[in-house]
Amino acid sequence: MNMLSEAAVEKALDKKMNEVAYKMIGKDVSVYYGEKRALFDVNLNVRENTVTALIGPSGCGKSTFLRTLNRMNDTIENCRVTGKITLDTDDIYDKEIDVVELRARVGMVFQKPNPFPKSIYENISYGPRIHGLARGKAEMDAIVEASLQRAGLWGEVKDRLHEGGTGLSGGQQQRLCIARAIAVSPEVILMDEPCSALDPIATAKVEELIHELRANYTIVIVTHSMQQAARVSQRTAMFHLGQLVEENDTDKMFTNPDDQRTQDYIMGRFG
Amino acid sequence: MTDVVSSPAGVLAKPARRDIGIKRRYAAERRFRAYGIAALSFGLLFLALLLWSVVSKGYTAFQQTMITVPVEFSEQIIDKDNERATDPQKLLTANYPLIARNAVAKALGVAEGDRAGLRAVNQMISDAVRGQLRDMVVANPQIVGTTQTVSLLAAGDVDSAFKGQIDLTVTENNRKVSDQQVGWMNQLAEAGALGKHFNTGIFVNGNSSRPEAAGVGVALIGSFYMMLIVLVLALPIGVAASIYLEEFAPKNKFTDLIEVNINNLAAVPSIVYGLLGLAVFINFMGLPRSASLVGGLVLTLMTLPTIIIATRAALKAVPPSIRAAALGLGASKMQTIFHHVLPLAMPGILTGTIIGLAHALGETAPLLLIGMVAFVANYPTTPMDPSTALPVQIYMWANEAERAFVERTSGAIIILLLFLIVMNVGAILLRRRFERRW
Repeated sequence: MNMLSEAAVEKALDKKMNEVAYKMIGKDVSVYYGEKRALFDVNLNVRENTVTALIGPSGCGKSTFLRTLNRMNDTIENCRVTGKITLDTDDIYDKEIDVVELRARVGMVFQKPNPFPKSIYENISYGPRIHGLARGKAEMDAIVEASLQRAGLWGEVKDRLHEGGTGLSGGQQQRLCIARAIAVSPEVILMDEPCSALDPIATAKVEELIHELRANYTIVIVTHSMQQAARVSQRTAMFHLGQLVEENDTDKMFTNPDDQRTQDYIMGRFG
Repeated sequence: MTDVVSSPAGVLAKPARRDIGIKRRYAAERRFRAYGIAALSFGLLFLALLLWSVVSKGYTAFQQTMITVPVEFSEQIIDKDNERATDPQKLLTANYPLIARNAVAKALGVAEGDRAGLRAVNQMISDAVRGQLRDMVVANPQIVGTTQTVSLLAAGDVDSAFKGQIDLTVTENNRKVSDQQVGWMNQLAEAGALGKHFNTGIFVNGNSSRPEAAGVGVALIGSFYMMLIVLVLALPIGVAASIYLEEFAPKNKFTDLIEVNINNLAAVPSIVYGLLGLAVFINFMGLPRSASLVGGLVLTLMTLPTIIIATRAALKAVPPSIRAAALGLGASKMQTIFHHVLPLAMPGILTGTIIGLAHALGETAPLLLIGMVAFVANYPTTPMDPSTALPVQIYMWANEAERAFVERTSGAIIILLLFLIVMNVGAILLRRRFERRW
């Protein structure tokens, strides 16, 4: 299983190395919370089948940017987004694009594991059910199993699919949330500090999972941990005070960044 | 340790302790706890007093003194001319109290010519025996001419005297039962003919001017209809209004104004709702007076703010992470609310609703204004029929002078309190049952 997926990752990597394919393109993205401006003309492109890490000190706007990518900011009162963000060729802030459809294509995993207070099975099947992705119980069972397999949770929960999802440990809950997100077959998965509430062992499991998911999904992850960004991502974007400071290959970012502020942040001089 | 003791100084220097007011702080805490316990005891004392006073006065209302004697359904009295086959009125209008009086007089050995004695005997039996015996005969005309053992309702004063509620030491002229009647009462009791039985009448009978025959049956049905109307109207309207206000309505000055007004409406005195109901439902819309339909509508208006406030609080208490999870999966706002938020808010909504209903069940003032304070002896068959409500029945009985009504008033209060306790326990159980953790 592991060998196979690693091979798949390598293959996908090789394919993508030659040509750069952008899954999402953000152009001059600014976000205002009422009068306060939280993001200043951010231009950031997200590469396909790549893990892009967003780093930066607290309040720098990295989560805000992440949430513009599936319009979760819409739920915040007084929040206004300007600029243009495209998913493939669709402008996601266009009136033509339905936010429900967008979120089915751009899934999200949150900071704190937030399974529904329902059974594990219902947690996974909810998304496919509301989007009508499964015809009949057999298909739904297959989706649930495949999602849990991909999230590496199947072995741990296959005997208690109908027990509460909230009874799992924190790490298992977070992997359940990831399984729930991939059950609707999104193209992009956004992760907002997915490991900040987890212990190191659970974190390692989730990171391994992110690594494997890369073959099939485009992933954008916000993280506070520099080591995590270095471990899981291929591209890293550094935010500071609402501005994009630098976006680069992760290796370069952590060894020889272009911007002095990135250097300082990574060295722990501020943040 | 030894090192320290044998240090150059020889003795352990005790460091001067700073006074950071520890004693004062603990004293303040102890004082506060004492105040709290005192306040609690004060409250509990009055609760105990209330319950003791109601129960000690009211428990006797659930027993009723009956006189069980062989009753001769004399054809001579009921149907002298044997016309009952042709004239059904005959059996309805017969002089049944006379039959009852004769039966008791026979048991007591009062001579047939003793008119004063017979009158005194007659006073010992409730006038309600007329209906009781009539119903027996109408149901089974065969018993005319036979002798049956029947438990007759004792008059209210005999009931009170037998329960020891009438002071027999005062002069005979100043009390409602004579020494002779008390003697007969004791005589019948010794013979086993007079005794206390469980009083089903208080639950099923309509109102009556005779306390021994009065019951809260009509009031229970009226209250039941009203609760049904309140539940059917207030719950959906209240929940829909709160979901709209909480989840969909734009937050602006206008919705702020609505919110403030809903909170104010919850504090409007209930009699104002009664006036509103009188003006709108009865005068303007022409609905019947004294009907539980109007009562239910008025109580609905009164309960709505309570339900809206409770529902909004319950919706607010649902963690935002659950909404975010559903929205993040691509659920629409409607799906998020109905699939996730509402089920989680359900315990709070149900608790609020039941508390609102319990409040409405005990409400009296608005019902007085819409005419539910009427003497209703017959069961209402629909919510449009005249009816009373439990608290109004209590209010009416509390105004009666007879001794036997005092215990019935307390008895009705006990019934009302029992319903309230059942509803509140229901609220707690529902809460436990539906409560989910996240």
